Amino acid sequence: MDEIRQIEELKTGALRELVAIGSTKGLEAWRVGYLGKKSQLTGVLRSLGRLPLATRKAVGARANEVKAELEAGFKQKEQALLGAQLETLSGEEAVDVTLPGRALPEGRLHPVTQVLHEISDIFASMGFKVVEGPEVEWDYYNFEALNIPKEHPARDTMATLWLDYETESGDRPMLLRTHTSPMQIRFMEKVKPPLRIVVPGKVFRYEATDATHIPMFHQIEGLAVDKGISMADLKGTLYEFARRFFGPDRQVRFRCDYFPFVEPGVEMAIECAVCKGAGCRLCGGSGWIEILGAGMVHPKVLERVEIDPGIYSGFAFGMGIERIPMLRYGVDDIRLFYTSDLRFLRQF
Amino acid sequence: MKVPVSWLKEYVSIDLPLKKLAERLTMAGSEVKGIQEAGGSWKNIFVGQIVDIKPHPNADRLSLVTVDLATEQLTVVCGAPNLKLGDKVAFARVGAELIDGHSGQRVILKPARIRGVDSGGMVCSEKELAISDRHEDIMVLPPEAPVGARLTRSAILDLDITPNRPDLLSVIGIAREIAALTGQKPTIAEATYEEKGAAIEKKISVEIVDTDLCPRYCCSLINGIKIGDSPEWLKSRLSACGLRPINNIVDITNYVMLEYGQPLHAFDYDRIRGKRIIVRRASAAETIVSLEGAQRVLDGDMLVIADMERAIAIAGVMGGANSEVDQETSSILLESANFNPASIHYTSHRLRLASEAAMRFERGISPELPLPAIKRATQLILELAGGKVAQGIVDAYPGKKQPKAILLSQNRVRAVLGVDISINQVARVLTSLGCSWTPEMIDELEDFGLEEVSEEILVYPPYWRSDLNLDVDLIEEVARIIGYDRIPVAMLAHPLPQQDPEPSITLKQRVSQSLTGYGFQEVITYSLTSLEVLKRLWPESNSPEPMPLRVANPMTIDQEYLRTTLRANLLEAVANNRRHEEGGIRLFELGRVFLPRPGDLPDEPEVLCAVLSGSSLGKSWSAEGKPFDFFDAKGAVESLLSQLGVTADFEVGNDKGLRPGSQAIIVVAGDRLGVVGQFHPRVSQAFDISGPVYLFELNLTALLPHTLSHKGYQPIARYPAIVRDIAIIVDVGVTHRQVTKVIKGFSLVKQVTLFDVYSGKPVPTGRKSLAYRLTFQSPSHTLTDEEADRVQQQILDRLSTELGATLRG
Ligand SMILES: [Zn+2]
Repeated sequence: MDEIRQIEELKTGALRELVAIGSTKGLEAWRVGYLGKKSQLTGVLRSLGRLPLATRKAVGARANEVKAELEAGFKQKEQALLGAQLETLSGEEAVDVTLPGRALPEGRLHPVTQVLHEISDIFASMGFKVVEGPEVEWDYYNFEALNIPKEHPARDTMATLWLDYETESGDRPMLLRTHTSPMQIRFMEKVKPPLRIVVPGKVFRYEATDATHIPMFHQIEGLAVDKGISMADLKGTLYEFARRFFGPDRQVRFRCDYFPFVEPGVEMAIECAVCKGAGCRLCGGSGWIEILGAGMVHPKVLERVEIDPGIYSGFAFGMGIERIPMLRYGVDDIRLFYTSDLRFLRQF
Repeated sequence: MKVPVSWLKEYVSIDLPLKKLAERLTMAGSEVKGIQEAGGSWKNIFVGQIVDIKPHPNADRLSLVTVDLATEQLTVVCGAPNLKLGDKVAFARVGAELIDGHSGQRVILKPARIRGVDSGGMVCSEKELAISDRHEDIMVLPPEAPVGARLTRSAILDLDITPNRPDLLSVIGIAREIAALTGQKPTIAEATYEEKGAAIEKKISVEIVDTDLCPRYCCSLINGIKIGDSPEWLKSRLSACGLRPINNIVDITNYVMLEYGQPLHAFDYDRIRGKRIIVRRASAAETIVSLEGAQRVLDGDMLVIADMERAIAIAGVMGGANSEVDQETSSILLESANFNPASIHYTSHRLRLASEAAMRFERGISPELPLPAIKRATQLILELAGGKVAQGIVDAYPGKKQPKAILLSQNRVRAVLGVDISINQVARVLTSLGCSWTPEMIDELEDFGLEEVSEEILVYPPYWRSDLNLDVDLIEEVARIIGYDRIPVAMLAHPLPQQDPEPSITLKQRVSQSLTGYGFQEVITYSLTSLEVLKRLWPESNSPEPMPLRVANPMTIDQEYLRTTLRANLLEAVANNRRHEEGGIRLFELGRVFLPRPGDLPDEPEVLCAVLSGSSLGKSWSAEGKPFDFFDAKGAVESLLSQLGVTADFEVGNDKGLRPGSQAIIVVAGDRLGVVGQFHPRVSQAFDISGPVYLFELNLTALLPHTLSHKGYQPIARYPAIVRDIAIIVDVGVTHRQVTKVIKGFSLVKQVTLFDVYSGKPVPTGRKSLAYRLTFQSPSHTLTDEEADRVQQQILDRLSTELGATLRG
């Protein structure tokens, strides 16, 4: 039967071609050519009507078998090609992966905020609650209650910005807080021990602006009061902070220092990262970088807030914040933090 | 406090290397800021003796000086006025490193030819040797200096003395500290001299009127003194400590002040009228011309030293010109007194008159100190200025107090330091600091015959330690002498009651995290600003509303007022960044503003302000940015509020600083909590910004309560929704909110989304087209198309009757 032979030849040719096809485009052309409405095979099937019944059955059956075989071949090839395509995009379909991606706008926290969060988190994990206090304060909270009465020489070390507000007696009791310590008093007035707080915030000084001085900067204050707190706890807490914040390899030094609202008073320094204690310009030759002031809460401060110093004791500490990113990133001009320059701020 | 090591060695032996000593002092509370080696690296500098002085042949003011250096004699040119035959001097040979007297630079001495005469070396001034600033005169060495020897350096310790330790503002005080730290006893001898004059009571009387401000007043009287220059050793010690030599009497008072820490003052006895010293408060507006020549107006809270007619000194701060010691003076009344620290601080600060004396008095020095100090000064005056001293010292001491005793127990030491230190060791440390002590007997124990077991002592601090008042003061002494490194490390042991994080702080963190996620950069700006900058924000009004709080002593006029808004600083930040930023600028600040309240601290709400300027994207290959508009700002604030679980309404605003028609008030549950909009172009121009700037502002303190309520959970719908799009045409004045309000009135409407706003052809003028996608859904059954059709028709009818809407064909 010619028709059968014709179909067999068609099949052989089609499958041979199919093997050689290498692209989805070629495969589509093949499909149109062999399986489409205008294909030879379709033509054979269409012309079945003209054949005698006996032949028609045989040819029809064979044609349908071949069609199924070709369709199966097509499916298989299509899968193979798709698979290959997933592995390699050829020619114009490949992208230049070095082109920049579609950018999302980027924003960051201010470096001082970042450091404040970092420090607050460390103390929070040691049970200290983060609280805040007013930036405009009364003389009473900023000085008087902290054992710094009027005409005390310690006031001279914290040059104060006073607000233009006078009482009837001619006093000028309102000021921009010079440290975060007033919150010690405010908190202990409300909450009785045991207590542990840290107080981040802005503080202000009457200072001419230069590369190391600005009239506004940040501090974080800490306070823990309970029965049986000693200087060993102060040391342990601050050592742990230093270990987590500066890393376990940095040496820590405690020396005696004076702040009117603590006794004994402490200054904590860490080993200079530049010279490793040998002495260099950054640390002024001492090998140490002062980080914070601290001490045992002065009994007079506790008495002031009606906490019995015979029963309770505690420690307090306070540290300047700007120094820390300055040391960490080598920033040599403190003013950069407050110029809002994106070229600076985007680096953190 | 600068102190030459050689001076310290008169009272204590120093065997430690200086660096070690400096470290001990620093650790114990007195930071050694530096060890200055007077003379730096002296090389090629020798002790010489002047053996010949001839005039320079070609210059009147110069001399040719021949100096004996033991091995040879050298002749050099010198211009100093104080050359004296036989004086020992510091001679620099060629190659020595010196400070140039004029430029102050370090130079290497070269052979020179001065006015035609060769000069191979130099007789040095103190400045050239980096000892002090004195340059006119050459430095004269003590007569015992060995000719030909290399000049040895004398080190100076530069100490930072904390305000609680006025005793350390003295050489003896520092010597005592070193002694305690190195386990020695300092050697301090009492000054003695012969009293050859008449009894002092016949020559002067002292009356202390205001004993509250003057606990003690001592004076001695010396007749027949000769005013002149001090000897070199004394001058160089003063110079090393940073004081300028004046004349022998003034120099001795300064010297003893440095030595003992007690300020002294010498009056010209002959100028004291009525021969009576009266220590009293100044009368209101009383005036005095102080030593440096300025007329000072005093007030009734200031203390003066007066004679029968007038004030002759501002007590403890500065002497008066009317009783000053000068070249003619032959009799002096030497004052050594004690004054109230607060009063001295007040006077010195009010008069802006800082002095070495005031600095010591205001820190509270001991009233026991005047006597040993006046004896020492009197002795030195007799030695160096001659004269006869009257018999006795006037000593008015109305403020004498019983020595204080502080009870200290081993338990207290353990409680404060966290370490056990035996009471014996405690007592040993305190003794080394000059304290005396007695064991405290506990009566009850004695009754049981247990008198020896007391672990308590009664401690009497030495008179010079006026800072030791409480047991903790003594405990600090123990800790700093044994070393803070002896204190163990412990962790806070006691459990704490449950502590919830402060919600206001949590809110700030959530807000700043969201905003940085949206691409906003956080900035922090100064809280102090100027009235002028604030005025720029509201171009139409004359003064900012509310009127900001003013700083009474501003550093500059740019920092005179407390900000009432964050807007100005953010506009300045945009303007500054515009100069170098091409793309979009998104900034925010989260900070306090200060709103005055009568008679109270200001209200300090925590405010968020964010600004947008430029376009949403910089130049990019892949996407096109478009200029920011109102809806970028509004979108950010909507996202933020949605993150915080807050639903807000937006009402048309009329903030004068913002552009009319492009601003809205943010309303949450009826509270107006902020604004969103565009800065008025005149405002942005006032800050040198040409394009539009958008902002949103939120009062976080007021927002906080709205963020705390927990919303109920909405179940996910179980029945399928039907989605329909409708486009309506309304008058331009009809707002989106009006339309959605109508639509949301139908309970089957689950969601309304505006997806197109259009005006222009074919929409008639004065009208606009709004296209919405409506989602219908029932919580109880599957909606049919017919139901949806019916509701949609009802909506259109309602929109038509209420808002004049027509369906767009
Ligand atoms: Zn260093």
